Amino acid sequence: MRQISTKVIIDAVRKMSIDASYDLGQDVVTAIKNAKQVEQSPVARGILDQVLENAKIAHDEMAPMCQDTGFAVLFVELGQQVEIIDGDFYEALHEGVRRGYKDGYLRKSIVSDPLERKNTGDNTPAVIHTDIVPGDKLKIIIAPKGGGSENMSEVKMMKPSDGIQGVKDFVIDRVRRSGGNPCPPIIVGVAIGGTFEKCAYLAKKALLREIGNRHPNKFYADLEIELLDKINKLGIGPQGLGGTTTALDVHVEVFPCHIASLPAAVNVQCHAARHKEIVL
Amino acid sequence: MANKKHISTPLTDTVVADLKIGDEVLITGVIYTARDAAHKKLVDLIDKGEKLPFDPKGQIVYFAGPSPTKPGQVVGSIGPTTSYRMNAYSPRMIEVGLKGMIGKGEMGPEVVAKMKEKKAVYFAAVGGAAALIAKSVTGNELIAYEELGAEAIRKLTVKEFPAIVALDCHGGNIFKEGVDKYEKK
Repeated sequence: MRQISTKVIIDAVRKMSIDASYDLGQDVVTAIKNAKQVEQSPVARGILDQVLENAKIAHDEMAPMCQDTGFAVLFVELGQQVEIIDGDFYEALHEGVRRGYKDGYLRKSIVSDPLERKNTGDNTPAVIHTDIVPGDKLKIIIAPKGGGSENMSEVKMMKPSDGIQGVKDFVIDRVRRSGGNPCPPIIVGVAIGGTFEKCAYLAKKALLREIGNRHPNKFYADLEIELLDKINKLGIGPQGLGGTTTALDVHVEVFPCHIASLPAAVNVQCHAARHKEIVL
Repeated sequence: MANKKHISTPLTDTVVADLKIGDEVLITGVIYTARDAAHKKLVDLIDKGEKLPFDPKGQIVYFAGPSPTKPGQVVGSIGPTTSYRMNAYSPRMIEVGLKGMIGKGEMGPEVVAKMKEKKAVYFAAVGGAAALIAKSVTGNELIAYEELGAEAIRKLTVKEFPAIVALDCHGGNIFKEGVDKYEKK
């Protein structure tokens, strides 16, 4: 067994929370620069310019790139040879988020009860997804998720007879109805299969992939390319003000499902696609 | 590239009527931040006939909840939040004299109808350009509902705050026009 202290975990999560909000991934910056080259609307190109300039300011001045520093969503891969010492594992993750959001001047955007709506004051709890994997490492990914794009996400329980066309129609229609609300240019996470909740989870997991990274199965890789093309033909454009850059990429995840079901889920991600990871 | 229009607050009917969708503006003056929770409180006050924490006549409300202010900053990162959530409230605010809203995404027909009736305008700011937008804020004063944290009402002094006219008082809608122009069937 390899021991990992919660003290190390708290520190790591604290740092990642802050870095994720200040530092936009290179794959996203490159994708926006490339999109600007081919964007047909002048207003849209101006908006993409603002987004790129903003990413630079955020990085240089250590300021959040977006004021919605999001719900702290953590994906954890815990090696089965790892022993966590010095305290409760999940409490350490929450504490790391708590400290990061305080020290990094990040916004506290969580309410403790969805109907009473009193702010928790420290951006906890985090939402934590844990997988136990072989080995003796602990991998933590933080993917803070803003409310605007999250609100445009959806799960649909379709019939097997709805088939691939049903999935395509659902995804494209979901993006069309979202308009400018999720801050296009967006990244679209799609999942097909699983159960109701597994499907939704996989649609978010799909967003962890780097832009340009295709599904290993050619059938689904082709589907990703087709969906991206059709979404960009919707003409929604940056901020929904019209243009040819509506999405930077589409990622599809697939899972076995019940003989009676065809679940599909869309998790929309805005252009502030923030992820940081660490392996302890 | 179109020239940007310089406008200042408070807004008059004439200024509002002159703004058309697609106009790129630079706003100078005072704007007030308010989003979901604050709007609910404001509309409650309007219902009771009570005074609001600020006089809305001629003013602009910015749908925003900033990240905390760092030492040395005037305000934290402060991009727009999604406007459709204020659809139920904005017509009531326009009724009592509000002339402008800044946010992101489209607003509903009930808002557009009130904008036409009373001469009000809706601007889109770039969502996620929050650090950039913060640079146009020169003054930041919390004036109501401190307990709401990021959702408190703030009086912001701004210099050349960049925005685009997205819904005008003549029924113009940049979201519909944009899709019509760039959609490929």
